[in-house]
Amino acid sequence: MNDLMSVVDWSRAQFALTAMYHWLFVPLTIGLSLIVAVMETIYVRTGDERWKGLTKFWMTLFGINFACGVATGIILEFEFGTNWSNYSWFVGDIFGAPLAIEGILAFFMESTFIAVMFFGWKKFSRGFHLAATWLTAAGVCLSALWILIANAWMQYPVGMEFDPAQMRNVMSNFWDVVLSPVAINKFFHAVTSGWVLAGVFVVGVSSWMLWRKTNVEGARRSIKIGAWVGLAGILLTLWTGHGSAKRVAEVQPMKLAAMEGLYKGSAGQDLVAIGILNPNKTPGDGKDALLMSLDIPYGLSLLIDGNTTSFVPGIDDLIKGISVNEAGDTISTVSYAERIAIGKQAHAAIADYTSARQAGDSAAMAAAADRLKDSYPYFGYGYLSTPEDAVPPVALTFYSFHIMVALGGYLLLFFIVILLVSYRKTVFLEKPWLHWVAILSIPLVWICSQAGWIVAEVGRQPWTIQDILPVNAAVSNVQSSSVEFTFWMFAVLFTVLLVAEISIMMRQIARTRDYDIEKAQ
Amino acid sequence: MLQNYWWLIISILGALLVFMLMVQGGQSLLYSTSNITARQLMVNSLGRKWELTFTILVVFGGAFFAAFPLFYATSFGGAYWLWMLILISFVLQAVSYEFRRKKGNIYGTITYDVFLMFNGLVGCVLLGVAVGTFFFPCDFTIAKVNLLDAASPSIVSWPAHGLDAITDWRCLLLGFTVFFLARTQASLYFVNNIEDARAEGVTSRTQVLINGAAFAILFICFVVVLLISDGTRVDPQSGMMVREPYFYLNQMLAHWWWIAAFLIGVVMVLYAIIRTSYSSYYRCGIWWSGIGTVIVVMVLFCLAGYYGAAYLPSTDLQSSLTISNSSSSHFTLTVMSYVSVLVPFVVAYIAYVWYKMDAAPLTEDELKTESHTY
Repeated sequence: MNDLMSVVDWSRAQFALTAMYHWLFVPLTIGLSLIVAVMETIYVRTGDERWKGLTKFWMTLFGINFACGVATGIILEFEFGTNWSNYSWFVGDIFGAPLAIEGILAFFMESTFIAVMFFGWKKFSRGFHLAATWLTAAGVCLSALWILIANAWMQYPVGMEFDPAQMRNVMSNFWDVVLSPVAINKFFHAVTSGWVLAGVFVVGVSSWMLWRKTNVEGARRSIKIGAWVGLAGILLTLWTGHGSAKRVAEVQPMKLAAMEGLYKGSAGQDLVAIGILNPNKTPGDGKDALLMSLDIPYGLSLLIDGNTTSFVPGIDDLIKGISVNEAGDTISTVSYAERIAIGKQAHAAIADYTSARQAGDSAAMAAAADRLKDSYPYFGYGYLSTPEDAVPPVALTFYSFHIMVALGGYLLLFFIVILLVSYRKTVFLEKPWLHWVAILSIPLVWICSQAGWIVAEVGRQPWTIQDILPVNAAVSNVQSSSVEFTFWMFAVLFTVLLVAEISIMMRQIARTRDYDIEKAQ
Repeated sequence: MLQNYWWLIISILGALLVFMLMVQGGQSLLYSTSNITARQLMVNSLGRKWELTFTILVVFGGAFFAAFPLFYATSFGGAYWLWMLILISFVLQAVSYEFRRKKGNIYGTITYDVFLMFNGLVGCVLLGVAVGTFFFPCDFTIAKVNLLDAASPSIVSWPAHGLDAITDWRCLLLGFTVFFLARTQASLYFVNNIEDARAEGVTSRTQVLINGAAFAILFICFVVVLLISDGTRVDPQSGMMVREPYFYLNQMLAHWWWIAAFLIGVVMVLYAIIRTSYSSYYRCGIWWSGIGTVIVVMVLFCLAGYYGAAYLPSTDLQSSLTISNSSSSHFTLTVMSYVSVLVPFVVAYIAYVWYKMDAAPLTEDELKTESHTY
């Protein structure tokens, strides 16, 4: 058992490492592909060679970043098999489809047209080249769509049923999987957050050019494009983020409680704006959850339900089985202790079904299947020992969520100010302090972006598939020392490549004189 | 029916992957010349195609996940080290083209070239080894009921974690066959894609002959070994897995069209090798060889998966995977089949872009004037 837990921990660590590295590169790819496409469109429409110069400059940075995204992405796909073998069988019938569709529809589009983008300037017409640039951006978005559908399904498993004969889940409704409200929100939230990140990156790098007084005209033009894309992105991210939070309240109330550090809920629940968690707090111990906090009265109830008097359950409430229904009324549901018992009944029903099947006893099979139908929704709880096992790491979820929200608010302000300065107060574009604000915002947007994924993924622990399969039942049968070895191997490898990427990026950016659009004239 | 259709899709993807491994083969040839200009031409010729190989590999994996998830769980989760080594080699490749000559790359061009050569060797050989497990049994077991054991829930147990496949001489034989085929194809591609390759110092026609000969010898050995090997298949009467001596030979003899297709493919590859080696102007060998390779690999995949064969045979016979016992549900295969209707459209735009990009061979002058080079 100890070795199993170690395998689980190392496998989780390896997947988290890969995902976090991957997400360093992907949002920049998403946003930069759009910005490059917009710039090239202006070039094609105006015929102004200066826009072509800018397009090529940002395209070069896009290419460097894209390579790292590809490198980390392939590991992610195959880690579902190498490290989560049980998972691959248990839900591969549903989860595999979006991944395959992503490959067929998105990856081929990206890999084909990205070659045209970089090498096709002289081989294709302007119009075709522009189409290729937009198709690359579309391919990037399509890729995000399918992988986020897959991820959303893990958070909110729909469109499936359990087949006890095969000991796995099978898809029953494709459109339920694809059009799940969690998936739609997640897609727009992730993609538009990519616009935000790329917007900050473009504004920050351009500010650095202004500070060094190189390629000034190019920097000014880039700042405008980057800020508009970033502003659109942050507005949509806030909107879809709100939608995501509402979906979380509906389908993953434990995650919402962890995000807010909320143990004992109430009607008219406040929203924590800033807070410090009590590190000694455990579920049900009666201690205060927060050492200090600055709250927005009724904020959480209002945000989640649009009603200041709505009840929002906390961790202790959920463990006891107190929750809310779709109308926002407080209801008593199944306590976590009961869920564990029901989950174990589901396991027993499957075992009985299997025995009856081997014995050819169809009556016993039908009886076991009936029992399973009622108990299967809590199948995953059968792997847990105590109700507390179903509580995610609260501190990491709480702080990540609040860092994300705070930085999101800052970025909204940032883009408004940058646009205002770009159009109305251009004299400020000469101010070094503004340049440095923009430059220092670059790491902040990455922290914000990473924090968002930590909330999404840590907040749903211990589940790989919500309520159905916890991480400890999803792993491969590999020695923990093997996974530990590959974890460190990837950690070193990704870090080495990241260092090289940053170094190359900085050298490319330092070569802005080569891309000086005034010289291009 | 749908399982057969999806095995055909897997076979096509596998065949295209083996063809596109010419990129890896080319990478392994980078230091076959000391001429830096020649190396630049080779890298840039391959660099415009590497993402396609990479994508086919990813889609190959994705298609397996969607259509045959038990294979995904068993092979990837079981043969851990085999797949990890393959993946690492492809991670190194993914950044190397873009980084190798960029200023600030820290580790120097040679480091990235070593990465490319590592991927060229390890990627080809180990992918060949992975395909070898389709024919030669490995030591793994599958027990789905373990899922109910909270203390040890793993359904797949592969004690050697794929090292048994890596050290199986028959799998290695296939691995090195794929490696030399990839080098041969790469040489044929250089002849086709690099203007006046010999004048530029790219010794492609010589490489075609050397690697083609090595490939031919290894390939004949592999075919002989395969045809005299036992196969694992489902016994239609009992539904149990059984071992059958000369299974693949029997299948070939029982279905003449497989023999015909196999021989046509082999002849096309040999024709490409011989004609390109002995002609100083013939450039189209890559297409003969490419089509021949796709046909031969498809035949091998079809032999591995059809007629009740276990395409991932195990020493524990009843754990062996067939396309029937490892596939997705009928519903999912149906959904995926609708999606596969788009594949011809995808193939069409890839073919169009390939045609336009390679309409004129790569020249040294182009590298000097191109804003984006590797």
